[in-house]
Amino acid sequence: MANTFKIGGVHPEPNKLSAGSRIVNAPLPKQAVFPLSQHIGAPAVPCVSKGDSVLVGTRIADAGGFMSAPIHSSVSGKVAKIDTVLDASGFRKPAIFIDVEGDSWEPGIDRTDTLSLLCSLTQQEVLDCIREAGIVGMGGACFPTHVKLSPPKDCRIDVLIVNAVECEPYLTADHRLMLEHPDEIIVGVRILLKVLGIDRAVIGIEENKPDAIQLLRSKTSMVSGIEIMPLRMKYPQGGEKQLIEAVTGRQVPPPPALPANVGCVVQNVGTVFAVYEAVQKRKPLIERIVTVTGKGVKNPCNLRVRLGTPVSQLIEMAGGMPEDTGKLISGGPMMGRPLLDDSVPVVKGTSGILMIPESEAARLEERNCIRCAKCVQACPMGLEPYLLATASAAQDWECAEENWIMSCIECGCCQSTCPSRRPLLDWVRLAKNRVGGIIRARNAKK
Amino acid sequence: MSPILTAILVLGITGLVLGLVLFAVARKFAVKTDPRVGQITELLPGANCGGCGFPGCAAFAEACVKQDSMDGLKCSVCKSEVMQQIAAITGHAVEEGVPMVAVVRCNGSCDNRQRVNRYDGARSCAIAAMQTGGETGCFFGCVGCGDCVGACRFDAIHMDPEIGLPVVAQDKCTACGACTKACPRGIIELRNRNKMDRRVYVGCVNRDKGPVAKKACAVACIGCGKCVKACPFEAITLENNLAYIDFGKCRLCRKCVDECPQHSIVAVNFPPKKAPQASPAAPESATRPAPTPEQPEPEKVSVEQKS
Amino acid sequence: MAQKLFISTSPHVHCGDTIERNMYWVIAALMPALIASFIVFGLGALAVTVTSVLSCLFFEWFITRVFLKRSSTLADGSAVITGILLAFNMPSNIPLYVIVMGALVAIGIGKMAFGGLGNNPFNPALVGRVFLLISFPAVMTSWPEPHQLTAYTDAVTGATPLNLIGQIAGGNAAALDQLPSLGTLFMGGVGGCIGEVSVLALLIGLCILLWRKVITWHIPVSILATVAVLTGIMWLINPVLYVNPLYHLCSGGLMLGAIFMATDYVTSPMTAKGMVWYGIGIGFLTVIIRFFGSYPEGMSFAILIMNAVTPLINNWCKPKRFGEVKK
Repeated sequence: MANTFKIGGVHPEPNKLSAGSRIVNAPLPKQAVFPLSQHIGAPAVPCVSKGDSVLVGTRIADAGGFMSAPIHSSVSGKVAKIDTVLDASGFRKPAIFIDVEGDSWEPGIDRTDTLSLLCSLTQQEVLDCIREAGIVGMGGACFPTHVKLSPPKDCRIDVLIVNAVECEPYLTADHRLMLEHPDEIIVGVRILLKVLGIDRAVIGIEENKPDAIQLLRSKTSMVSGIEIMPLRMKYPQGGEKQLIEAVTGRQVPPPPALPANVGCVVQNVGTVFAVYEAVQKRKPLIERIVTVTGKGVKNPCNLRVRLGTPVSQLIEMAGGMPEDTGKLISGGPMMGRPLLDDSVPVVKGTSGILMIPESEAARLEERNCIRCAKCVQACPMGLEPYLLATASAAQDWECAEENWIMSCIECGCCQSTCPSRRPLLDWVRLAKNRVGGIIRARNAKK
Repeated sequence: MSPILTAILVLGITGLVLGLVLFAVARKFAVKTDPRVGQITELLPGANCGGCGFPGCAAFAEACVKQDSMDGLKCSVCKSEVMQQIAAITGHAVEEGVPMVAVVRCNGSCDNRQRVNRYDGARSCAIAAMQTGGETGCFFGCVGCGDCVGACRFDAIHMDPEIGLPVVAQDKCTACGACTKACPRGIIELRNRNKMDRRVYVGCVNRDKGPVAKKACAVACIGCGKCVKACPFEAITLENNLAYIDFGKCRLCRKCVDECPQHSIVAVNFPPKKAPQASPAAPESATRPAPTPEQPEPEKVSVEQKS
Repeated sequence: MAQKLFISTSPHVHCGDTIERNMYWVIAALMPALIASFIVFGLGALAVTVTSVLSCLFFEWFITRVFLKRSSTLADGSAVITGILLAFNMPSNIPLYVIVMGALVAIGIGKMAFGGLGNNPFNPALVGRVFLLISFPAVMTSWPEPHQLTAYTDAVTGATPLNLIGQIAGGNAAALDQLPSLGTLFMGGVGGCIGEVSVLALLIGLCILLWRKVITWHIPVSILATVAVLTGIMWLINPVLYVNPLYHLCSGGLMLGAIFMATDYVTSPMTAKGMVWYGIGIGFLTVIIRFFGSYPEGMSFAILIMNAVTPLINNWCKPKRFGEVKK
């Protein structure tokens, strides 16, 4: 039997509606918008000003620190303004607006499809290349990749885990990427192995993608050091900690410990592809695969989208927003963020655009907790969501901290199983936010 | 011996012995407390609202006795006479405080601020404000889930379902500040009560640029700065596209109210402008407000604008 | 965009589970036992069960609407379960007014006084049952002989297997001969409360609950295992005075309690570890009361006592956290 993680987990309906549709290029937008915080860490700092002309691949914002990433223009044209824009976080954030004129690329970017196998750069050169290309985790968390590839000195890394699980229902972007660009992914994995200085990589894929497993198996049969590991379907297997446990059996200790503490580095398969393009093709992170899907959507599809394209344009490509849409989500249904409207631009972490019909979108009325313990059984981190939510509502931050609230990965298993339809994760997030603040204040005092 | 007598004897002797034990224990383990702490605690309201910065009324009373002066010790709930009595007990002088009241600086009622989305998460302002900009285009104004109502220990703030905003019952408000801390967007502020509870303040906390703010809410402050120029007392400052009236400097002349193109400056409890100031009826009605005195606020403002 | 989109954070989908679904499956799981009781006790069982369910529904409706002024909570099915379980814990010849009083105590004091479903510290049906057991010990402990299908309060009563087991332990060896065979006990066909008559029907109910994932195995299995082990030890010590543990497992309210009463969501612990300790506690107390108490049956008291301990168990038994290292 295939591996999986041990504690908790749920089985949401997969609903992979767009698994069969090939990746198509989305048309260029009229105006591209680049929010400055597309990643975890300090926002990027604009290095262009109003009226400047930019090409595809021109850097428009520098990294705001080590824990940050630069941003490149995905279009050619003129900088219209630097203003605030409503982004996927649900708030207005500073962003660079570029009016599109033509499609001319920076010289030096290799736009051909030919597979480039050999990489002659040194470890440090590759790392610089990844940092300069502005690559962040493409699974949705948007953690700057170069930071992940520079583990603390005292940690010995022995395995690179490639996250090709895609356990979120509906999303198929990674699945299609593996089917259509397997060679590039394998080269990307080898580049990452070189950066980390190790010789073992495991690509974890859930069993519901047998075609991808088979294809990658046949491609890696001659390559030493890369193993394809089918995993039993269970959400949230794509969570970093769950995936590490499923693949290696090791459990990452609670925060502030990192995967590196158990000798693992996890990279999303989309990130691996971006690394390949950055290192071998000199192409910064300016486009990504986005799944546009939903039950009422006419043409669920996978699009190769230039960053900064408004979501409304992608929805049009998929046949327009269904009449009964009640919720528009950036990402998957378990962890995605609700969008306030369809003007939001695609950013580095936009893995999917999901339209949920109103009948499924509206939450049912919240009832008394009947203490059925289903949230405790579902929690993949071994927490007690009912207790954390109660503590949060009572503002008992001490109780929340004692009960490991900072371990919560916000996967949503608890809330999605609660028969009383209690907004458990809403409360847990609040407590996590408050307790996090208290811990930071405490550490600052020391 | 009859059974009744036995029972009486047994119970009586047991009671006596246990009583003696209790007496001895109480004497041996008695904690010496300053009797003044008890006296002060009795004077205090006993709501344990935390407005003074201490965990509860008893802790405040202890601090009053322990500290050398009454500096920084102020129960905002108590009337000044009570504070004077406390001061008399401790033997320290107390400064005469200025009475304050909680003011909701948002006028984004359902009419002024159209809902463009539907929030259906947990009914908590803190959660709603943390997750998203909110149901309306204004990401700064009232969220409307009523965290302030839950925080109030004096039943002085309530949500008005008609306008979707909290309304302060100014006769009940003790200015403990619990609601100001509970509001995740900081729209509630403690301001001077002034004579007859008259107040002029900017009923908006939107720091977006003018066009964005205006699109979101009909009475949003757009940061035009007209009020700043109109104010003869330099009480108004403009920062981040938002005007703020310093209640320490404001003399309630209401020039800014007339000047504001967005009608976002609010003047409450003033008599209608044309009516003679000395008429006994007007101040009477102002000092004894209706059960929900701030509810007619928007109307009052509009009356003034018309006049 | 015409429509107003919902905004609430993830998760945006739900597995579809509701309180009703769980409660209705519990009711469904109780059906085999209900049918078995009709077959064995006839009209009496029917009258008692219907009265109990209707009066529980009425009291819940009355209290929510008249006292609490809330919308009615009848549809969630919990009052029906309380009604059935209360009836299951009574002999089939009990007068109707006693049932109505039991329902009032079960719903009024056992549940609604604490704020309704989810807030009650004790299993409401057991609160009602124990109230009746203490208030009306005679009618609550005179069990009719089975197979008097049309008889009601005039039914002929007789000793239950647990009475007999008690008599054997008291040194009355003649009682051993009256003890029905294990097969009869298992299939149903002995005197006792309505719901506890057929072990087979109750086990079918357990299968339904486990299949629909309404409950987990922890509580029933740990209760039955504890009782089996403890009675087994007694039996090994003195097989003359103490009967075979299988008799204990199949007699009295043990099965009914272990499968339906102890597993009540609201009053049982939240973690797997806690559930096992809770089950062990119930099994232990049951055996203690059966062997040394003055009542022949100990299940109700054992469950109520462990209900009271549940909050403590929740405090002590935390789940194994991800990445936790034992110090």
